[in-house]
Parts: sequence; C-alpha cells; structure tokens
Amino acid sequence: MPSSTRARSRRATLARLGGISVGGSAVILALLIGAAMILGLGANPLEGYAELLKGAFGGTEELAESAAKAMPLLLVGTGICVAFRAKVINIGGEGQIIAGGLLSTVTALAVPDLPPIVLIPLVLLMGLVGGAIWGGIPGALKAYLGVNEILSTIMLNLVAVQLFNYLLRAPLMDPRQIELGTRIPQTERLSENADLPILIEGTRFHLGVIVALVAAAVAWFFLWRTTTGYRVRAVGASAAAARYAGMPVKRMTMLALTISGALCGLAGACLVFGSETHRLQTEGFATGFTGSAGFNGIVAALFGGLHPLFTIPSSFLFGGLLVGANAMQRVIQIPVDLVIGLNGLIVVFVVSSNTLRERLSRYLSIAGEAAEHDDLVVDPPSASVEAASPDSAGSGSSGADSASGDGADPVRTPESEP
Amino acid sequence: MSDFFTVTFTVATFASGVRLATPYLLAALGETLGQRSGVLNLGVDGVMLLGAFFSYWAVLQTDSITVGLLVGIGVGLLLGAAYAAVTVVFRAEQGISGIGIFLFGLGMSALLFEEWVGTPRPISSFDKLAIPLLSDIPKIGDMFFNHNLLVYVSMLLVPGLTLLVNRTTFGLNVRAVGETPEAADSLGVSVARTRAICILVGNGLAGLAGAALAIEIGIFQHNITNQMGFIAIALVYFGAWRPTGVVAGSLLYGLVTSTVNQWKTAGLVTGAASSFTTMAPALLTIVALVVIARRSAAQPAALTLPFERGH
Repeated sequence: MPSSTRARSRRATLARLGGISVGGSAVILALLIGAAMILGLGANPLEGYAELLKGAFGGTEELAESAAKAMPLLLVGTGICVAFRAKVINIGGEGQIIAGGLLSTVTALAVPDLPPIVLIPLVLLMGLVGGAIWGGIPGALKAYLGVNEILSTIMLNLVAVQLFNYLLRAPLMDPRQIELGTRIPQTERLSENADLPILIEGTRFHLGVIVALVAAAVAWFFLWRTTTGYRVRAVGASAAAARYAGMPVKRMTMLALTISGALCGLAGACLVFGSETHRLQTEGFATGFTGSAGFNGIVAALFGGLHPLFTIPSSFLFGGLLVGANAMQRVIQIPVDLVIGLNGLIVVFVVSSNTLRERLSRYLSIAGEAAEHDDLVVDPPSASVEAASPDSAGSGSSGADSASGDGADPVRTPESEP
Repeated sequence: MSDFFTVTFTVATFASGVRLATPYLLAALGETLGQRSGVLNLGVDGVMLLGAFFSYWAVLQTDSITVGLLVGIGVGLLLGAAYAAVTVVFRAEQGISGIGIFLFGLGMSALLFEEWVGTPRPISSFDKLAIPLLSDIPKIGDMFFNHNLLVYVSMLLVPGLTLLVNRTTFGLNVRAVGETPEAADSLGVSVARTRAICILVGNGLAGLAGAALAIEIGIFQHNITNQMGFIAIALVYFGAWRPTGVVAGSLLYGLVTSTVNQWKTAGLVTGAASSFTTMAPALLTIVALVVIARRSAAQPAALTLPFERGH
C-alpha cells in the first residue's frame, strides 16, 4: 500500500536524521578536542579552523579539490558499506588501492597507444580487477578456510606495499631515472590517452569523481534492488538464517570482500590517472600514494551510516577536512596529522554513540509515527506494530541506560532500508 | 648459497632476533589477555605509536630510560581506560573502534613529534645486562642471557601470564568471561570489571612495547611501528591464545626479521629485491593464519561480542 510505504519512508528519514545528528555531534566533539590541542600547541584554533574551512569549501577551486580528495574516500567507503552489510570487515583498503593502481599502470604501459575512449575504460576496469584480486584473496580465505579477514587484509597491505616498492624500483621504473642515475622510484609519465579528463577547467575535478559517484549509486542499487545484494545483506544479518534459507553463504562472503576490494582498486586507478603527475610513484610507504584513503574511507563510510548514498556527502566532508588541513598547516603550522588523529576520534565517538543513536532513532521513528497519525493517514497494522511493541516504546520514553533493545550488531544503523 | 647459511645461523643474528621479538612479545601477550576475556583490541598499533613517542620524548627530557618505560606504560593505561569505556561501557563494535584508536595514535604521535621535537635526536638506548654464569655458556649465553632487562621481563611474563590465566581465580574469571559471559555473570563475576582490567593490562603492555621499540632503536620517526601492532594481534592467533604459543611466534618473527636484516647488511640481497625479503614475514603470517584457522576452536567463544546483562 502506498500510504504504508510513505509512512515507513518518513520514519526511515527521521531515523536517519537522528543518526546524522549523532554523527554530527561526534565531528563537533572531535573538532573541539582538536581546538584544545591546537591551543595547547600555542596556536589559535579559531584562525586555524577558519583557514581549514576556507581551504576546503571556500571557492570553486577549493570545492573541486575537496571533491577530488573525496573520490578515493567515497570509493573505499562504498566498498566498506558492501563488506559491512555482509558482516565482513575490510581493513585492506590500502593494499587494494595499490593493487588496482599497479594493474592499471601496467596496462597503460603495455598498450599506451589505444585511443582514450578505449584506454580510459580499460585502465579503470583493470583497477577494478586488481583490487578484486587483492580483496578476493582474503575473501576466499575467510569463506572457505575460516581465516580472520581483519588480519589477512592487514597482512596483504604489507605485502602490497612491498610489491609496489619492488615494481617501482625495478621493472616499472622510469627509464629516464635509470639513465640519469637518480633512480627515483616512479614510472614514466603514463600515456596521455589514459589521463582522466578534467571536467571543470582550471581545477582538479576530474572524471574519477563522477566514477566514484556512479559507483556509490550502483552499490546502492546492488544492495537494495538485486537478489544477490539481498543475499549479501541477509548473510550479514544472520549467516545461520541465510544458510537455512539455502543461500550460498560462503560465496556471498567472498563476493562482498571482492566487491569491496574492486572498489578500492578502482580508487587506485583513479588516483594514478587523475593525479597531477600522471605517474605512479612511491616513497617506500603506502601513504604517499593512497593518502591513507584505505583507512579514512572507513571513517567516511561509518559517518555515512554504512549506506553508499549517505557516504557521498560524508566523503565530501572528510575530503574537505583533509584538503583544509593543508591550508591550516600553511597558516598556523599545525601538521595535517592532526586531522588523521581527529578522524580516529570521530570513529571512536561514532561507534560509541550507537547505544544513544539507536535510542534516538527509535524515538524519532515513534515521533514520525505520531506525525503520520496527525495527518490522519491510516497505517496498516504491520507498520504500527513496531511502534506499539513494548521494547521500542519503552526505550523511547525512558531514559534508562540499558534500554537499548537489539544491540546485537552495533555498527549497523537500525534502519537498513533506504 | 652457502653464504646465506653462514650469515643466517650466527649467534649475532639469533641474539638480534630475540631482541627484535621483544616489542612483538610484549604487545602480543597484552593482547592475549584481552582476547581471553573476550575483547579484541585492534588499536594496539596506535597505542604502541603513542607509547613509543611519549617514552622517546620522556627520555629526551630526563635522560632516564626507567622514566621512559614508565611513561610508555602510563600512556598505555590511559588509552586502555578509554578503550575500556568504549567497548565495555558503550559496547561499541570492537574491530572498528580499534581502527579509530589506531588512527588516533598514528595522527597524534606524528603531530606531537613534529611540534615538540621536530628534528629527530637520538636517545640513549638500553644497557646490556648479562646474567652471571648463564651468559658465560658458549653461544647459548649470547643468544639468551646477554640482553637488556626488558627482554628478560618479557620472557618472564610468559610463564607469569600462563600461571595467571590457568592457576588463579582471576584467571578463571577471565576465561569464563571470554567464553560464556552470561554464565560468569550469573555466578556473580563482574564481566565489565574483569574485561576492563584485562584491557588496562593489555594496553599497558602495548604502551610498554612501544617504549621498548623506541628505546631499542634510540630514535622516534613517523609511523615507527610500521604496523607491528597488527602483527602482534596476528601472533595471538598464531599462538592459539596461549602465552607459550605467542612467544614461539614472536621469536620466529623476530628471527625471520633479523635474518632478513643480516642478509641485507651482508649484501646478499640488494636493491629492489630486498622488498621481497621485507614482505616475507607478512606472507609467513598469512600462511600461519591459514594453518591456525583449522583449529579455530581455541578462540574464546565470546571474542568481540559485547556483553549486556539480560540478553
């Protein structure tokens, strides 16, 4: 019935607003702690934050830069959303970004003369493939051998970084670096035909940003509009129930990590071909190339309530924070590392606030229910059962600390429907 | 090829392996205690980074290694208190909050290093403490009994922790809370308090591990641990949640690392190929994880599950 759909969607929206307000408080709290630290380090936090905001969102160029910085966060974050829906924790973003970046780079070096219309999709595809391999390995290990994916993805990060270092120091090194004897570990300038076109003249807003947006939309469609996506979510909600229903649990687990890895790999390809230098380079660590997107993407996804579409604004916010931090460093000499540290605090606050968030969203969903009744829209029984159930009513009205009901899976936001 | 063996199997390589194993061992033993109580702490690396930075800074100020080590433990305890609040009081998802702690440690240690120190200055490192008589045994003496105090302390922690977990009332509580918190709770064991104590001790050891690392190297640098904390967590799985298994894994890891270092120093592995030797311990860990996964029955049943009375 249309009215029931509308009622439910309004409740979902209200519930999500509750979630966002809790997330927003987490960011504000982290920024306040950051301000205290800046003050403690002898600089002016107001000046710093003003500079941060200006540097992140102060003009077209700044906004475009923030969008470009948000691109890998959105792709990684979208991948995190898919993995988490299947209850798989992917901490291998860094390695998967590198794998995608490497495979797409090798492709561009192998067939540099293809026309852009062929080469650009090809390198992006190879990015997906590289990441899918790097995510598929821990996926298969978890699904079929029961290997903890948190540990295997971290180890594969270390392996990827060393593979990266090796390839850039030997077979992929720019021949000119060898000739000159400078031996800077970087590739030659990659084929111009693979350059991701700049979409807004004079800025860093390149095709990769659009690719990331499309990927987020596709991931949403996959999770909530396809059978396989439904299965992935079902496995995450209860592997036992999914198995009982005859779903291929192992394959879904592996698929979720593979998709997650593929999206990170796509981020890697976009980072290489959307970069200003148009080469792949290393300083011996992952962070130079990935910008820690493999970790920061987790922050963006969490802040977006593990929903691909809400991860879009969330990535933009965190991309902006990272860009703005550079501006802040220039003016008040506080290193950008501050923002990495604050990101960590935001993660801790967001996951800690789930008890609160659950209660708030349930309260708001009851408020939404009440509003529906004010509109004299008749609710079908199924929809009002939720509000009438003693559990939700109790936790909505009472302030008791232990009232939160189904705290079985605290990461997930209670409303999993879009 | 024979060069590989002559360089590998020397007393010096072995002794350096034992020393390198110490930070891994300290952090992994702490993590073992936490996991036995049912709490996964993925933030070990962040705690190690902050422990390393603050102890480095303290030694820089006071020139006292003892102060440095105490500061390391103190930082660990503080972060442990925070982590206990997050996971025990707020019942947050453990995997994710650990990543938050890691990012916090990564960012803050780099920030404070830039602001308070800037250009790295070396600090005095550990003094060797040869154990009388035992250190005189040929070869064995240099391998095991001619190290700094912390090496011995970490080794003594192995039987200490084994006894604590298996032979004391507190240890029984820890295991009960990690396997069936509902049952423990119904018998009047405070799940929250037991877990909080384990988290505090575990993080204190992680902080000490960071301090051990910084003082052993004698300098601090950005991301000095290079994910050692995560490897320490893997070592807990490798050791099947037993201190004796953990020490075996840590020593193996230390030995592989020191051997690789020796190969590099001796010029046996040069240039780009050294990446492969650096990668070897991580690959080894993955293989070990696959092998360990087959006896996953050893894993505490309530690991990563927040406890809430009445559910």
